[in-house]
Amino acid sequence: MGAVFPFSAIVGQDEMKLALLIAAIDPSVGGVLVLGDRGTGKSTAVRGLASLLPPMNAVAGCRYRCDPAAGPSARCEECAARSGSLGSQRVPVPVVDLPLGVTEDRVVGALDLERAITRGEKAFEPGLLARAHRGFLYVDEVNLLEDHIVDLLLDVAASGQNVVEREGLSVRHPARFVLVGSGNPEEGDLRPQLLDRFGLSVEIGTPKDLAQRVEVVRRRDAFERDPEAFLELWRREDMRIRRKIAAAHRRLPGVVVPDATLLRAAGLCMALGTDGLRGELTLMRAARALAALEGAESVEDAHLRRIAPAVLRHRLRRNPLDEASSGTRVEIALAQQFAA
Amino acid sequence: MTAAPPGGAMAGPLRAAHLLAVDPHRLGGAAVRARPGPVRDHWLAALRGALPPSEPVRRLPVGIDDDRLLGGLDLAETLKAGRPIARRGVLAEADGGMVVVPCAERLSPGTAARLAGVLDRGAVVVERDGIQDHARARIGLALLDEGEADEAPPEALLDRLAFRLDLVDLSIRDIAPDTPPDIPAARARLHAVAVTPEIVGAVTEVALRLGIASLRAPLLALAAARAGAALAGRTSVTEDDLAEGVRLVLCPRATLAPAQSDETPPEPPAPDEPTPDDKAGEPVESDLTDRLVEATRAALPPGLLDALQAPKGGGEHGRSRGDSSVQKRPGTTGRPAGSRPGEPRGGARLDLLATLRAAAPWQGLRRRVDAVEPGRVAVRREDFRVGVRKPHSRATAIVAVDASGSSAMNRLAEAKGAVELLLAQAYVRRDRVALLAFRRSGAEILLEPTRSLVRAKRSLAGLPGGGGTPLAAGIEAAARLADTLRRRGDAPTLVLLTDGGANVCRSGETGRAAAAADALAVARRVGAEGLSALVIDTSPRGQPLAGEVAAAMAARYLPLPRADAAAVSRAVRLAMA
Repeated sequence: MGAVFPFSAIVGQDEMKLALLIAAIDPSVGGVLVLGDRGTGKSTAVRGLASLLPPMNAVAGCRYRCDPAAGPSARCEECAARSGSLGSQRVPVPVVDLPLGVTEDRVVGALDLERAITRGEKAFEPGLLARAHRGFLYVDEVNLLEDHIVDLLLDVAASGQNVVEREGLSVRHPARFVLVGSGNPEEGDLRPQLLDRFGLSVEIGTPKDLAQRVEVVRRRDAFERDPEAFLELWRREDMRIRRKIAAAHRRLPGVVVPDATLLRAAGLCMALGTDGLRGELTLMRAARALAALEGAESVEDAHLRRIAPAVLRHRLRRNPLDEASSGTRVEIALAQQFAA
Repeated sequence: MTAAPPGGAMAGPLRAAHLLAVDPHRLGGAAVRARPGPVRDHWLAALRGALPPSEPVRRLPVGIDDDRLLGGLDLAETLKAGRPIARRGVLAEADGGMVVVPCAERLSPGTAARLAGVLDRGAVVVERDGIQDHARARIGLALLDEGEADEAPPEALLDRLAFRLDLVDLSIRDIAPDTPPDIPAARARLHAVAVTPEIVGAVTEVALRLGIASLRAPLLALAAARAGAALAGRTSVTEDDLAEGVRLVLCPRATLAPAQSDETPPEPPAPDEPTPDDKAGEPVESDLTDRLVEATRAALPPGLLDALQAPKGGGEHGRSRGDSSVQKRPGTTGRPAGSRPGEPRGGARLDLLATLRAAAPWQGLRRRVDAVEPGRVAVRREDFRVGVRKPHSRATAIVAVDASGSSAMNRLAEAKGAVELLLAQAYVRRDRVALLAFRRSGAEILLEPTRSLVRAKRSLAGLPGGGGTPLAAGIEAAARLADTLRRRGDAPTLVLLTDGGANVCRSGETGRAAAAADALAVARRVGAEGLSALVIDTSPRGQPLAGEVAAAMAARYLPLPRADAAAVSRAVRLAMA
């Protein structure tokens, strides 16, 4: 694996960076969808995220990295069956790439062919969903992913469980992951069902400001010429963000959501006519994660306001042809809610 | 700084080949627009000659599948060894060299995205058929583009390649023997070539002044300048190197004519993000930028500026292109649906487990007869099973809109509204939509079948009204498109919006009676082919001809005056079911 451009060295694109950090602080927010122009650093940011994530506890020796603190129902079959204390070890949070051209067997897992052929054993070889458990699953060019793979992702992302019934195997294991997708809307639309699964969506464009553009080119050039030196230069900044995420993690359970804020969130969703309760729930969670990130003790209006566009933009029951206006509609609703 | 490079028209493309040979992976490669022939062969030979002999140049077969592109299971070796053996794809095999992509203008978006991913990562990530692999693939691409006027390789790839070379107008007389410079020496120097902050600032500003949005462009120009400096034996990039980079990389991407050198650069349109508070804001030496812009003016091909005046669809793209170029072999895509005996050929994929299952019962016997080593599986040809896939039959609505003058009077706007609703539904159901319009003397396809709403909406919004009503030509064009789609395994539905005021024949002659007879004749042929169709009559009072055409096509007939938008969408849903 080659060197990865450091997250902290990405110029601008603040909304995208914030959305990724929020998903890292509270995975229950749901995934992040990044749509935007070519060459804006979409995949760079996601790949850079991996080195920012503080390590997590996992059951020692568990192939699915089960959470020792979780109840038996959230663990894999092996860990659930074990009683007494499970050993614990620190492991990195996985950020798994789902490359285009992936086949179904590698996504869900399949019969271990080598063992099946050479030794006649029926063994399960976990797939990418297992590898992404408790971490991030990244799909670049998500709008070009084959439909049958999208179906698999939708099903597992909804249930948090990967159920494999194939080739005489019958395996189920937990698969909770933050789905991160990126793509260029010019190259094809996203299936509405998939769009729904993302908690946050951000739209990014190339910076138009000359100074910012020069800085992007300068840093990229410096990185390509000498990746090691560049990484060294930004390591401290990356570590600072990593500590911020870890601190936000710890603070998150203690962050209070005042009733007034909940009311505002509900009012906002009603004004925009978003479907179901998922919008409000995600709005509340994302605002709470933002408050935790900023070290606040309770969720303020400012947090709500800042994160609302990313939470609601893709949830408007809209005329899908009116793609330009969804952001504006959120802005208008925000202005009205907070003026009252 | 010279405007026209010495050595004739071939000098620029050859220079690009030399620069590419110095740093193939960082420069990404070149898109070469040329007809097949000696000129293109000469360029490719020059590239091959400039690259060190040890570095591979691989040609990508047209319509390559993922197995060969990315890699997968090597069947022969797997069976011989009795355990899964991976085989690397063409991209991984070309590591360190170049990959030549013929017919690049017909690349499917999926293949383009795979190639783009490999360029970005410098590696192929394979997760297929039980194989996991991460293979180094630091490659450059040579996209061979034989496209007609409005065909072009996918933007996603063009954006990542430094050079766009146009050899269409060159002839065999332009070919001059190529003497490659000392590439190995340049490569050895490349890493030490220094770039000043002024140079970085200048190249970025020039790109912005030329209206190039992507930030990859200035980086590629910088890489080209660096390769040029290394070829010249320098250890720092000079103004001349940069000017060459700008000329070869930025000029072909220009979408704006640069401002006069004595003017201030165009104010960036209202930066909505605050300027970063770090050192980014330092002033760029404006003299250098101005000189470079001046140089680009000389290098911009004549006629480009005129072309730039012409209105463009959206940003960098020309005409909308649907994903119609995706060629699908019947039975090789879609949901898995069991397996059948047969050999894995022509896109059919081996179902390994079914194959082994077929071989299993015979193992005892074969071991005795063939003396197979113990522990090995004896698989014979007759055991091969290939996976069968049930193809997705994609529904495609072909919307033919009457955009004539009479129709414009008769609520073309409402017709557009109905089509938008239709598009919205198609979007939800993952159907595809193609759009064609007929007016004046003929029909024109506005949008190849696509799922992109953005495109559909754009081409619909830009649809002008006016002129006569060549109804027959409109129906015929729609039917021809339907036929093409049907042969590709799609399920097309024709939706015709017209006010029935036909007055132009297929021959181009005008006259109501003849045009009506013509339209009915075409409609009957369509009806005979059993195409599912719907006619929406947009005239204020219901035109007899529209109804007759519907009857001749065996289509549902829906007069819009009595139907609201919801009724239209219901009717279309029925027609497509």
